[in-house]
Amino acid sequence: MTKFSAESLPIVNRILKQYPEGKQKSALLPLLHIAQAENNGWLSAETMDYIASLLEIQPIEVYEVASFYSMFNLQPVGNCVIEVCQTGPCWLNGAEELLAYFTERLGIKAGETTADGKFTLKTVECLAACGNAPVIQVGTDYFENVNKQKAEELLDKWQKENKISHTNPYL
Amino acid sequence: MPLLKLTIDNIEVEVEPGTTIMNAARKIGGHVVPPAMCYYSKLEGSGGKCRTCLVKVSQGSFKDNRPMPKLVASCRTLVQDGMVVQNTTSPEVIENRRAITEFLLLNHPLDCPVCDQAGECHLQDLSYQNGLEETNTDEARRTFAPIDIGNLIKLHMNRCILCYRCVMVADQITDSRVHGVLGRGDHSEISTLIKKAVDNDFSGNMIDVCPVGALTDKTFRFKSRVWFTRPFDAHRKCTKCSGKTVLWMKGEEILRVTGRKDKYGELEEFICNDCRFVYKQPKDWEIEGPRKIERHSVISQNHYEKLDNEENEDKIEA
Amino acid sequence: MAKKILLDNIDVPGLASFEVYKQLGGYSAVEKALKNLTPDQVTGEVTKSGLRGRGGAGFPTGMKWGFIDKKSGNPRYFVCNFDESEPGTFKDRHIGQLNPHLLIEGMILGSYALGARTSYIYIRGELFYVLKIIEKAIAEAYKNGLLGNNILGTGYSLDLYCQPGGGAYICGEETALLESLEGKRGNPRIKPPFPAVVGLYGCPTVVNNVETIATIPWIINNGYEAYSSIGIGNSKGTKLISACGHINKPGVYEIELGLPIEEFIYSDEYCGGIRNGNKLKAVVAGGSSVPILPAELILRTATGEPRLMSYESLSEGGFQSGSMLGSGGFIVMDHTTCIVKNLLTFARFYHHESCGQCSPCREGTGWMEKILHRIESGNGSMKDIDLLVNISKHIEGNTICPLGDAAAWPVASAIRHFRAEFEEHVKLQKCPF
Repeated sequence: MTKFSAESLPIVNRILKQYPEGKQKSALLPLLHIAQAENNGWLSAETMDYIASLLEIQPIEVYEVASFYSMFNLQPVGNCVIEVCQTGPCWLNGAEELLAYFTERLGIKAGETTADGKFTLKTVECLAACGNAPVIQVGTDYFENVNKQKAEELLDKWQKENKISHTNPYL
Repeated sequence: MPLLKLTIDNIEVEVEPGTTIMNAARKIGGHVVPPAMCYYSKLEGSGGKCRTCLVKVSQGSFKDNRPMPKLVASCRTLVQDGMVVQNTTSPEVIENRRAITEFLLLNHPLDCPVCDQAGECHLQDLSYQNGLEETNTDEARRTFAPIDIGNLIKLHMNRCILCYRCVMVADQITDSRVHGVLGRGDHSEISTLIKKAVDNDFSGNMIDVCPVGALTDKTFRFKSRVWFTRPFDAHRKCTKCSGKTVLWMKGEEILRVTGRKDKYGELEEFICNDCRFVYKQPKDWEIEGPRKIERHSVISQNHYEKLDNEENEDKIEA
Repeated sequence: MAKKILLDNIDVPGLASFEVYKQLGGYSAVEKALKNLTPDQVTGEVTKSGLRGRGGAGFPTGMKWGFIDKKSGNPRYFVCNFDESEPGTFKDRHIGQLNPHLLIEGMILGSYALGARTSYIYIRGELFYVLKIIEKAIAEAYKNGLLGNNILGTGYSLDLYCQPGGGAYICGEETALLESLEGKRGNPRIKPPFPAVVGLYGCPTVVNNVETIATIPWIINNGYEAYSSIGIGNSKGTKLISACGHINKPGVYEIELGLPIEEFIYSDEYCGGIRNGNKLKAVVAGGSSVPILPAELILRTATGEPRLMSYESLSEGGFQSGSMLGSGGFIVMDHTTCIVKNLLTFARFYHHESCGQCSPCREGTGWMEKILHRIESGNGSMKDIDLLVNISKHIEGNTICPLGDAAAWPVASAIRHFRAEFEEHVKLQKCPF
């Protein structure tokens, strides 16, 4: 990604107007979300430098922020990033078994990407949908009450359609 | 505005409104001064993070004489009229300081034998005063490889206690900041992310404000233990800074140049990189005389009163 | 049937749309307040209602509003804390997703009371799909003259925006939230000054939780007396409880404060009892941060009184035998649960979420996780159990923000009430479950 797509630019411009004059740095998180989506799901240094120039801030200010928040990936990821919640309530309802299923089926551990670049498996902390545990997130979608059978169906589907999870979350 | 009265460890002192407990304690001096690992009076917004300076406020003020419910960071808590503060007279404070020291050492490599900061390290001092004799942990430590940030400064992230002082120096006295704190929690690190040189006229001050051996002077690297060198106050005409420095010498050789630090280890003035890194010949400097270093410092073990160094060289081992 | 204030119409199809919400009487509180009440009168209603902050701390909402600095002449901001991330808590999402206009109406009322001209809803980044629902509702509100310039012709103007986070539990701490909203790392600020004086962009700011804000329209419509007549003691009104874990009917329930916990767990109106007819072992009653209580102490206090869903009853007995109402995240564990393993997942959570600014939390949370991991996997020693207690003590109260306490309390309480289970892990050198 060298700059925002024509599709995203109106959204970016709308976001930039949400803050008082001189406080455009506030747009950093929303813009990073869009930038990540348009850079194959991760934030390269060039991408972050572009955001810095757009907001007229130092690149390090972007790096500091991007590296703080767990939703931003500073390394390349697969087309479809599967995030499995592992905190207490999900654990009580079988998150460990679910993660084991994903690990086995995809042949990768949490934090890894399949050799074909299709899937990245991530563990995440509480997604705040504990009533329907276990929960996984793919892109902006939540999948709740995910048992092994449901996981299998989802994986089959994503496998088949070459699921891409990083789409502009505002669209 | 009338002065505010308070006592710290039963010693009474009067301070201007807006003074912190820390600075009130520094006005008294001696044992009532809490240790400061992150607070730095010359850096705006510093302090509050390391929690070594926590003290007990056993009376909030004359008006509200209740104690404060928790220990407070003395560097960030303003004095109220009639405040009663306990530092070393509070067992709770002492116990807590021991715990904080343990936290700060938890991921510290304890590589003092090969660390250039040894002898002038605030974490070393803190550990001597508040450390445990034995460790409670055999957990693996978090490790990072040492890196160069520019050709003048070495970063040993393993030793960093995340005081944020160097970030504030870059923000407040240099024209642009290229390094910062990246990551989160105990994965946080001082970094430039992509290999960028920290390169500006005042970057060297990051070394001087670092309380530990995380940021060290590459030009001084492994040249000498600091207690084998002799500090001298010196100055030169400089267009960028005051030119007032301390030369750390061995014989006729200037091994290192730093700013002048007060008894709390804070720079009296920030100095420029020319003074620090470029002028390393005695002829570049007007030497004023020996730099007085705190009596209890290990550097003072290398005691000397005069400029005729050779004479003293033999006494070092004694 | 218990009184419903927040979830009254929650099952009505299309509630998220302006038309349906309006048809059900929505935005009448805005009309009433902006046309007939002064900002101070709105604040007065909220103060007298006895409403307390529903994010977890339970601080009186009206009092918090009262602290706002109106003298500085700086703009004032009203910010909604929708960073719902406390394990076990999923009530705010329920409102945001199904009834966004209720939240917007509350935002307008709060902003009017505080004199804010720009307000923000800060929502955790993972909930982008809810952000979109809210943004759509905001657009509808603008279109219908409830946001923007000269609202309903009253002369009051307000802009409302929705801001996503980036994945950080710490941003639920109000000053970290404000930092994040300014486009920075979510490092909590050192207080004082409090946000009411120096908040967003250095201006006076009030930050309130979603549920708190969503309660305001009802109070304005029905009056403070109607609200404060619900509940018990200093626990006025209703509370959303998000129940999860080993129960038959997990979900979000609106209860009248004062409901017996035994009824909440076993009645079919609420949790419907423990799954598979199992035995209740323990409950974390107010989100992962609050002390865990064993079955006997969650159902009855140490003195044998029935334990109620209220701020006072849940904290009765102090931490020795009580807990907290917290955020209302009600996590139920049956007798098959390993307390140590559950605690390990909490400890991992706090370690992962510590911002790293202050040393006790940065170093202590990771240390506790490592020790718990060792004990759980059968490699711990008896000394480790005391060490855990020690570490938790040294984190508690010593950190910049409450995350330190939140990490320490679960550890201390689990060992307080289930020490034998930790010892069993050590003795057997494995997990007994």
